Amino acid sequence: MVEWSEQERSIITSIFSNLDYNDVGPKALSRCLIVYPWTQRYFANFGNLYNAEAIKTNPNIQAHGTKVLHGLDRAVKNMDNIKGTYAELSVLHSEKLHVDPDNFKLLADCLTIVIAAKMGSGFTPEIQATFQKFLAVVVSALGKQYH
Amino acid sequence: MLSKKEKKLIKDIWERLTPVAEDIGSEALLRMFTSYPGTKTYFSHLDISPGSAHLNSHGKKIVLAIAGGAKDISQLTVTLAPLQTLHAYQLRIDPTNFKLLSHCMLVTLACYLGEEFTPVAHAAMDKYLSAFAAVLSEKYR
Repeated sequence: MVEWSEQERSIITSIFSNLDYNDVGPKALSRCLIVYPWTQRYFANFGNLYNAEAIKTNPNIQAHGTKVLHGLDRAVKNMDNIKGTYAELSVLHSEKLHVDPDNFKLLADCLTIVIAAKMGSGFTPEIQATFQKFLAVVVSALGKQYH
Repeated sequence: MLSKKEKKLIKDIWERLTPVAEDIGSEALLRMFTSYPGTKTYFSHLDISPGSAHLNSHGKKIVLAIAGGAKDISQLTVTLAPLQTLHAYQLRIDPTNFKLLSHCMLVTLACYLGEEFTPVAHAAMDKYLSAFAAVLSEKYR
């Protein structure tokens, strides 16, 4: 069972309540596809991913980025049972989407960088640690149903 | 593999950050110690509390080495030869820790540079720091 202090809970809810999903979601996903180009393998039918500019302005990627970020809302609302909350999504990513679970960490790292760039010095070491702990639990839950 | 454009981008960024090497370096280290407490075990002989002289001087040292390597990336193995020996035979830091510091360095750069830390700059920097870490651990075995 993952233990969360009151401070950690409030850090996570605060980050997500101040989030512009339509901005951060697309930025995180497109950054992942640019920094780790092999992740583009899962988006072969999304259109032009030829270079960074194409990726950043691709409307399918933008829509998907927003969708993925909203996918984290359930974890924020159910921090005490992220594993159970994501059981179904884990099966989806394994059996239907066939996503290598190593990729979850790559996206998580890109999301961290995007939020850091937005918050600047407000993204303190403690806030970074809490956010990374949260994402690590999410990443682990998404990989749980792979077999 | 770093393109000519990427090498220039990296060189320019580190040239700009050299005057604030102490700030960048100490912040990256502090982020690493906070997120990955196991990394503190390598510094039991120093005072690495926030704002300490050791944290600042050590952070500065690391950033200046990274900035130095960026001046001529094609010569990385030559430039880092003394540091290779130091890390392999004296410090013996487990190389997985290089990834942790690299990540925290990227976060520090993102906080510092904001929107300017574009995905393209991020990709180039990530590749450079990986190459730097790989060269650093070359003499380990």
